[in-house]
Amino acid sequence: MAVAIVAANMTEFGQRESWLLELLTEAGEGCLQEMAADRTAVEHCYVSNMASGEFEGQTGVANALAAELGLVPAYTARVDQTSASGGAGIYTAWQSVASGASELTLLVGGEKMTHVSTAESTDIIASLTHDVEYKHGVTLPSFAGLTARAYLERYDAPRESLAEVAVKNHANGSLNPRAQFQETVDRETVLESPVVADPLRLYDFCPITDGSAALLFCPAEDAAEYTDEYVTVEGIAGATDSHAVHQRTEPTVMNGVVESGAHAMEQADTGPAEIDVAELHDMFTILEFLQMEGLGLAPQGRAWEQVMEGRTRRDGELPVNTSGGLKSKGHPLGATGVAQAVELYEQLTGVAGDRQVDAETGLACNVGGFGNCVTTTVLEGGR
Amino acid sequence: MSETLLAHRCPNGHLHYPGHRVCPDCGVSPTGTVDLSNREGTVRTWTTNTATPPGVREPNTLAIVAFEVDGQTVQVVGQTTTDDVETGQRVRPVYVERLRDPEAGIRHRESQDWDGYRFEPVESG
Repeated sequence: MAVAIVAANMTEFGQRESWLLELLTEAGEGCLQEMAADRTAVEHCYVSNMASGEFEGQTGVANALAAELGLVPAYTARVDQTSASGGAGIYTAWQSVASGASELTLLVGGEKMTHVSTAESTDIIASLTHDVEYKHGVTLPSFAGLTARAYLERYDAPRESLAEVAVKNHANGSLNPRAQFQETVDRETVLESPVVADPLRLYDFCPITDGSAALLFCPAEDAAEYTDEYVTVEGIAGATDSHAVHQRTEPTVMNGVVESGAHAMEQADTGPAEIDVAELHDMFTILEFLQMEGLGLAPQGRAWEQVMEGRTRRDGELPVNTSGGLKSKGHPLGATGVAQAVELYEQLTGVAGDRQVDAETGLACNVGGFGNCVTTTVLEGGR
Repeated sequence: MSETLLAHRCPNGHLHYPGHRVCPDCGVSPTGTVDLSNREGTVRTWTTNTATPPGVREPNTLAIVAFEVDGQTVQVVGQTTTDDVETGQRVRPVYVERLRDPEAGIRHRESQDWDGYRFEPVESG
């Protein structure tokens, strides 16, 4: 059964005083307010969240949200796929409608992170690594440093090309009123910022963020009952890669991205050349290159050239991360994949305001771990 | 504690570190091990991390090191003994009893071991 997204909402991303349940409630309520039906019609409610127990000692968030939003007795479940929890939530919500199990599904992703120190937050996220990695103090940023060096050396790419990803995404984020950083940065600022995981510097990394985002799913044939403007889920697929990152033969290829992207585009009966706008998981600048190449949006080892040439800017041939990406909009783990689809929803329904681009088909790639688990989604404007 | 660095070998000759229930390349159960602790490897890539989690040294220089064994390549990630590292450099494993403070991180102390090998550059020639 074809599935539509009929409402989308997100909170402001950044340092928020609200705890997770309040953030989820804000985005979920915003989404429900947008649809023209009684909320009791919601049959399933999923929460995408990586680590509410670890960050704030709160468990059982899906049931708590359903009760808060007046959705009881809707079926609920929490979806955790680390940084890709949001994409996995889209998959779960899509499945619930496509299978006929639910005729109206609310998905809310969220994370509350900024109340713990950067070191603690890094450790919570690093706990997804293999034992043999964790004991060496390997973190996700250190994987980024290891991979960025391998990429720059292998493809003879200039360090400036990574900086250009940050410059572009901050420029986009400066037009997004819900982004954590709404300021542009120049290349020098990126290149002179403190080293975090050599050769990567502070501005190569996304910030630590609180926030939530929500989507509402129904059968495409019912979409007009809820809204005049909607998008359809044309393709969605997830894939995994090795748990221990160093075991991968080629460090500059993320096989989870390759597999999930190929399957999602095949399901959508489309290809890289048909994608008009993309939201990629730029947790680190280097990841934008790896995803462009893994998805076939750029040849292997050449994404850096396309970024340098401006092809992925908002006014380029293939705008990437019009929302500002994780880099500028922020990265509240469980919210991120959902927020990617919120941006595509707004672009495809023509309500993206200053960030609006001309697009009929959009792709989102949500990456968990360091490519350990990936979900790719292809959306099309419904009307 | 174990003063070995064991790669696991399957009947088809594939080598992996760490070992898994079945070989990631061919799905067959590993039947043997190769101790890498007395061999030299080559730095494939490296990074110096200056924002480390609780209980981890700062800065923390890490390398992915490739070992060639009987025509097969097996890769290991680990700390280096120095921050002065280069891609392509030859290194050898050096045993240390504690790589990070088991009391400081989020993992439960008893859930895994904390000893292992750092990589030390080998003088050429």
